[in-house]
Amino acid sequence: MNYLYEDLQSIHAKLVAGDLSATQLVTETLAEIEKKEPQVDAFLTIDEAGAQAAAAQVDAKPIATDNLLAGMPIGIKDNLLTDGVTTTAASKMLANFKPVFDATVVEKLKAKDAIMIGKNNLDEFAMGSSTETSAFKKTKNPWNLDKVPGGSSGGSAAAVAAGEVVASLGTDTGGSIRQPAAFNGIVGIKPTYGRVSRWGAIAFASSLDQVGVFSRTVADNATVLQAISGHDEKDSTSADIPVPDFRAALDGNIKGMKIAVAKEYMAEGVAPGVKAQIETAIDTLRSLGATVDEVSLPNSKYAVQIYYIIASSEASSNLSRFDGIRYGYRSPEAKTLEDVYVKSRSEGFGHEVKRRIMLGTFALSSGFYDAYFKKAGQVRTLVIRDFEKVFADYDLVVGPTTPTTAFDLGRKVTDPVTMYMNDILTIPANMAGLPAMSVPAGLVDGLPVGLQIIGKAFDEEAVYRVGYAFEQATGFSKNVPSFKGGKA
Amino acid sequence: MIDKTQVQHVAELSKLAFSDAELEQLTEQLADIMKMTDELNKVDTTGVPVTTHVNNLQNIVREDVAQAGTDRDILMKNAPDSADGLLKVPAIMDKEEA
Amino acid sequence: MNFETTIGLEVHIELKTNSKMYSPSPVNYGAEPNTNTNVIDWGYPGTLPTLNKGAYTLGMMVATALHADIARDTHFDRKNYFYPDNPKAYQITQYEQPLGKDGYIEVQVDGHTKKIGIAELHVEEDAGKNTHGSDGYSYVDLNRQGTALIEIVSKPDMSTPEEAYAYLETLRQIVQFTGASDVKMEEGSMRVDTNISVRPIGAKQYGIKSELKNLNSFNHVRLGLAYEIKRQSQLLIAGETIRPETRRFDEKTGETFLMRVKTGADDYRYFPEPDLPPLHIGDDWLQTVQDNLPEMPAKRRARYVDQLGLPEYDAGVLTNTKEMSDFFEAAVADGAAPKQVSNWLMGEVNAYLNDQQIDLQETALTPAHLAQMINLIKDGVISSKIAKKVFQEIIQNDTDPKAWVEAKGMVQLSDPAKLTPIITGILDDNQQSIDDFKNGKDRAVGFLVGKIMKETRGQANPKVVNDLLMAELNKR
Repeated sequence: MNYLYEDLQSIHAKLVAGDLSATQLVTETLAEIEKKEPQVDAFLTIDEAGAQAAAAQVDAKPIATDNLLAGMPIGIKDNLLTDGVTTTAASKMLANFKPVFDATVVEKLKAKDAIMIGKNNLDEFAMGSSTETSAFKKTKNPWNLDKVPGGSSGGSAAAVAAGEVVASLGTDTGGSIRQPAAFNGIVGIKPTYGRVSRWGAIAFASSLDQVGVFSRTVADNATVLQAISGHDEKDSTSADIPVPDFRAALDGNIKGMKIAVAKEYMAEGVAPGVKAQIETAIDTLRSLGATVDEVSLPNSKYAVQIYYIIASSEASSNLSRFDGIRYGYRSPEAKTLEDVYVKSRSEGFGHEVKRRIMLGTFALSSGFYDAYFKKAGQVRTLVIRDFEKVFADYDLVVGPTTPTTAFDLGRKVTDPVTMYMNDILTIPANMAGLPAMSVPAGLVDGLPVGLQIIGKAFDEEAVYRVGYAFEQATGFSKNVPSFKGGKA
Repeated sequence: MIDKTQVQHVAELSKLAFSDAELEQLTEQLADIMKMTDELNKVDTTGVPVTTHVNNLQNIVREDVAQAGTDRDILMKNAPDSADGLLKVPAIMDKEEA
Repeated sequence: MNFETTIGLEVHIELKTNSKMYSPSPVNYGAEPNTNTNVIDWGYPGTLPTLNKGAYTLGMMVATALHADIARDTHFDRKNYFYPDNPKAYQITQYEQPLGKDGYIEVQVDGHTKKIGIAELHVEEDAGKNTHGSDGYSYVDLNRQGTALIEIVSKPDMSTPEEAYAYLETLRQIVQFTGASDVKMEEGSMRVDTNISVRPIGAKQYGIKSELKNLNSFNHVRLGLAYEIKRQSQLLIAGETIRPETRRFDEKTGETFLMRVKTGADDYRYFPEPDLPPLHIGDDWLQTVQDNLPEMPAKRRARYVDQLGLPEYDAGVLTNTKEMSDFFEAAVADGAAPKQVSNWLMGEVNAYLNDQQIDLQETALTPAHLAQMINLIKDGVISSKIAKKVFQEIIQNDTDPKAWVEAKGMVQLSDPAKLTPIITGILDDNQQSIDDFKNGKDRAVGFLVGKIMKETRGQANPKVVNDLLMAELNKR
């Protein structure tokens, strides 16, 4: 099944009509993956046997007409635990790690009879924005195989963009869903912090991490997010707030909605081509009846700096558990206990991960805590207050998802600061815990551009409403990559 | 502001080992990042509270009810080394017990 | 040169909960290794902590019993360090805003009352247990990992080992009365770390302190501290400097030995735990704790003396443990005389517990049965000698004493209507003894009582027999 021309609704109709069985769907999906993987490298593990067994179970009973996910193969980012199926976080540290329980999001998808088809590549422990820090393979951008798919959820995004799956799950700590969604010309949402359980998501930065969804269309995105949302008593930071029917917001009507454009997000760092596409997008929103004004989020410019500190600090602590004692890599050279720690960690983690652990440990260490961690936490409050001020008058904030389109694979990262600059547009939403989505906003030089839509906390409906109206008005979601093995 | 000795100390705290060249490079990179973060000092944060949790939840608690643990054999499957239901590590030299 | 000593104590106490501090796995002392653990206790990737409300409430009870101010707004912090028994490589504790601050304990030392300050108390999770093999390996059991702890940090208010001992005794007693912990040193549910320094009297700065480990009983604490005072004073007299050291107490020699010299402060990189939202202790929660706080031992002692007329000594012994004290009160409520209950508990009951090496609640004895037995003695239904047999029965087998003595025919014969004919019969048969008695030979009475006891197979109430016999003798 080549999903480039399909959405959940149409496949579901075939399943209900009996024109297609879940088993057939899985078989075709596996064939499509087999055909495209040599070029895209979006998956680390394909669970062929598990997927076929799950499909057989789905076929054993009638497909519920109101369950669009029944029998649907879904890709899962490989930092989300899947019971019995190797989960690596793209790290040598966990190369042979077999989880003993499912992440809540995986459990919820399975409860909806969705089928876990495989595990998607990512930057090691979700640290990166190109998926190149994966210890195992480099995922390519289906729009141009010489370009990165973005990151850290590059595998999840590329798999959807290449038509290998109809939807996938990712995680977003500083833009790790939205940036690859933009680079791959698909829809990617990072929901409100607390909307989706983090139980079973291998933590990077606990106060920022959130699980979200990739899909080709806004409607599919809403359907999958609906399934994985909700309170989980195993995650004390998940909110006990009712989950609205996201699809109900998809009526195309945005008349009278008040939309803000942050001038800081349209500043000179944004490439002219990207900026032009976003300006066109803003005109589209106006033409659909929304009012659009320019506002200021003055403290957003500090978001990247505070991200270094907060994300790395939390990560340095979260990744300390990988010590070669209870699970994961233990250096074969380890003779003493200190060796078990130092050799296992030094050999098991890649450069980027080690760099961030070092940065975080430094920021938390005695004598520096106040100047770095505490100061960053205070500026984070200011970033949040900026949003609160704007959201007192506006329903949404929009802007570009990324300053450029996808960059070249293997671009030499001599200057990590430059690399991190890519996150500047996406990080503020993580800092404030707000829902934010990237929707396709056309192409520049054959590469996709994403429009970022940021909403109020727990107002994913407004984000979807505008995203859907924009998608329907522009038809940008119909753009598909034409790589060899892609467009038939 | 950050020198190689400090970076070495941080490496020890992190239980990570680096070659000399790596340490040099890390020192440079950390210094660069720290220089950038020094911009934060320009922001007046007098009286501004620290945000550590974004969604304003509080008092999320569990009643004191025990649930059976995870089967030991299942947990041990991922363990690099074990014996008789215990995790095995090279001798802990510092005999100080918490 | 004269010296003064400064002692501060850090006490870790395991809270008595069903589940762990941040995970729902069960808490059981002495289970097979790694059988009371779950993926959270193992620090599996993707796991998250959840806060045990019951544990926090117990912590608040201890803080309240120690007169501490409860923090209304608090959160949890991570303390980062690598160790095989610390699976996440961080311990979730309260660093910035502890559960309680500024409490105190009043202790009695040499007949004086002294107030010892408590700097702060906080809840945290226990670590697992490492054992050291002789094969060059160490072994890790995570059953204890995550068990709820409260750490109680005293102010450096103690100046003698005896004060430290009294502080620990009193602390143990108070915590035990709250019901928050078993506080058993031998099972590790109470653990003590000490800091001690010595300085010349009048010096403004505290001396360099040493920390003592491996203190497995309050007595070891006392002995270890006494040794340290001697050691440190001698160093100062010799003009040497004291190093900041961690020292181990050796129970065989009563000496302390250097474990390591402390080099600089440990760097635990504390920061707020992002996985647990902050806590706000509202009035309701605080009120519930205050309402459920049992009466503390000092108050009980005063009540036993003032209202029940017990000697100070009895009141002290009875309030040594909450079990004993509760038992005493229940037996008194069941109608037994307080002093009699006290005598039995301090005497026969304690002797039995010591002999069997068990706790009161492990016996079959109930307050109702003890009270009933005491009243059977008082009413002359059984003799004190029989009572000892009854006691052995009721402490071992949960037997109703009254029914048991009746069934066993152990009830004393006290009814004059039944005893008088027996007495007159024996007198009729022993004219010689009557004559002896009249001639002033008191021995005759003993002989006659013996006859009567034999006739009644020992069941006659000796006092009643004596009274009736004298009356009959005087009639003749």
